[in-house]
Amino acid sequence: MRQFLDFEKPVAELENKIAELRQMADGDGINIDEEVQRLSEKADKQLRAAYGKLTPWQKVQVARHAQRPHALAYFERLLTDFTPLAGDRLGAEDQAIIGGLGRFRGRAVVAIGTERGHDLESRLVHNFGSPRPEGYRKAQRLVQLAGRFGLPILTFIDTSGAWPGIDAEQRGQAEAIARSIDLCLSAPVPIVASVIGEGGSGGAIALGAGDRVLMLEHAIYSVISPEAAASILWRDAKQANLAAESLKFTAQDLLSLKLIDRIVPEPIGGAQRLPFDAVDALGEAIAEELEPLCALDSATLRTLRREKFLSMGRDSLN
Amino acid sequence: MSWLTEYVRPKIRGLLKREVPDNLWTTCESCSQMVLVRDLERSLKVCPHCGHHMRALANERLAWTFDDGVYTKIELPKVPVDPLEFRDRKRYTERLKDARTKTQLDEAMVVAHGKLGGRDAVVAVMAFEFLTGTMGAALGEAFVAACRLAVLQRAPLVVFTASGGARMQEGMISLMQMPRTTIGVQMLREAALPYIVVLTDPTTGGVSASFAMLGDVQIAEPKALIGFAGPRVIQDTVRETLPEGFQRAEYLRDHGMIDMVVPRKDLRETLIRVSGLLGARTTPLPAELPVLNAALA
Repeated sequence: MRQFLDFEKPVAELENKIAELRQMADGDGINIDEEVQRLSEKADKQLRAAYGKLTPWQKVQVARHAQRPHALAYFERLLTDFTPLAGDRLGAEDQAIIGGLGRFRGRAVVAIGTERGHDLESRLVHNFGSPRPEGYRKAQRLVQLAGRFGLPILTFIDTSGAWPGIDAEQRGQAEAIARSIDLCLSAPVPIVASVIGEGGSGGAIALGAGDRVLMLEHAIYSVISPEAAASILWRDAKQANLAAESLKFTAQDLLSLKLIDRIVPEPIGGAQRLPFDAVDALGEAIAEELEPLCALDSATLRTLRREKFLSMGRDSLN
Repeated sequence: MSWLTEYVRPKIRGLLKREVPDNLWTTCESCSQMVLVRDLERSLKVCPHCGHHMRALANERLAWTFDDGVYTKIELPKVPVDPLEFRDRKRYTERLKDARTKTQLDEAMVVAHGKLGGRDAVVAVMAFEFLTGTMGAALGEAFVAACRLAVLQRAPLVVFTASGGARMQEGMISLMQMPRTTIGVQMLREAALPYIVVLTDPTTGGVSASFAMLGDVQIAEPKALIGFAGPRVIQDTVRETLPEGFQRAEYLRDHGMIDMVVPRKDLRETLIRVSGLLGARTTPLPAELPVLNAALA
């Protein structure tokens, strides 16, 4: 069952109508092709129109869409020989962050991602994609492993944020995030980071300090959720829409602020409509970005990565 | 050295010599007892009745830390102002202007150099009084400048943190200060210079999850609130009563996240001792320190 967002209602109605027609015509020998064709074209046109001008708040809904491909879907489709690795070696395993070894277009890599899960059971297993310190410490271990063996790192970011829980604080959530950023910045191997859904603040940047940062067309990457910003800055949770406009967290905003490197187009109607197409498109973009990075020695890589982050925000100096 | 000649205009500021009337009283927010303001200044803003550490101003910290309270502030690098043209209930530019008027500071961090126990030291202090010490581009740039200054002077860096987290009005530019400040810490590390963090009340959000947790030695003031997520957010998420002393300095020490909790009156002496010990190498430095060009660019 396809899940429709509020602003997709007209499309949903058309598609329902098409389905009904098909059902009615089933076995009756009535020719409905023409009508189906007409309705399909109309639905397609509406979908294009809606997705051509999504508001930031609509993008929030799309980025969080339950049927979007999540990190695991990218691992499964983009990697061969995928070998999950687990545990932080400090006493815990957190499935909110998944990772392991694999081959990406023939090249051995380490893949790390925040995974939200796709149904109730898997969401619980992955804690809805909100990592605890042990998740970040597992990621750190994988980053170091990649460095030791000269394997490029691919990260897939999709989280509403690091888990704000008592246990997480007790075990040093802040330090775990800080250390992850630290290790990503000093990794002697290329890192290509991709925001595939929601890039939620500190929990996202922990895996986001890459040589190249990619975002899917309708992904968002924000310092704070629009809901939280609304209640803090506007003192009114209902202003999330306004907060979304103001925070400039869409891929398009962030590219123009030069905080990310590339936007990867999504299928019409978003990655949730044609997940494989979205995964393949990102795979293609990652391959293009990774190739030249693999030619650089570790000192050059690190220097360029630092310069990239140090120069952020300075460009528009007037 | 170009950035030094550009940015650093020394301004010597001695001890804050504000005359306080003898009969001015205030109330301790912890024990509600009356305290003479004059006594409070002598006790480094620690309540003489209950030992509560009140929040200190950035300039007070500098005066308390350096030898004889003598230091030179550096002028902070300029950054683009309000790149998002942000406006919530108020324009961000107005909030900045108000904060500047109120605090007489440019931003939520002050960087100075001087002597600490007779040796050169760079001290960066976050000003909670300036928009709750939130981290935006200017603060990130100030921290990186402090790191660079320490590398140039071959001096240790001491940072006093106090922050409500990211400066939301700068959107993702504020989030990017987490990797940017971390690069500053890496410069110090590669130059084999001590980086000492003093966590003061409160240190949360993006600051705690970046340079504030990456010190060679982590010190905190008594009862300082330190954490990633704020207590209210946690309460709303888990819907449980938070444990006694949760996210306080002592709690972090008991859970292995910091080295020590040091009362304010002992801080200066502790900083002198720790920086002295870390700075007294007994084995030679590697012939070539991997200080990247980025550190001096």
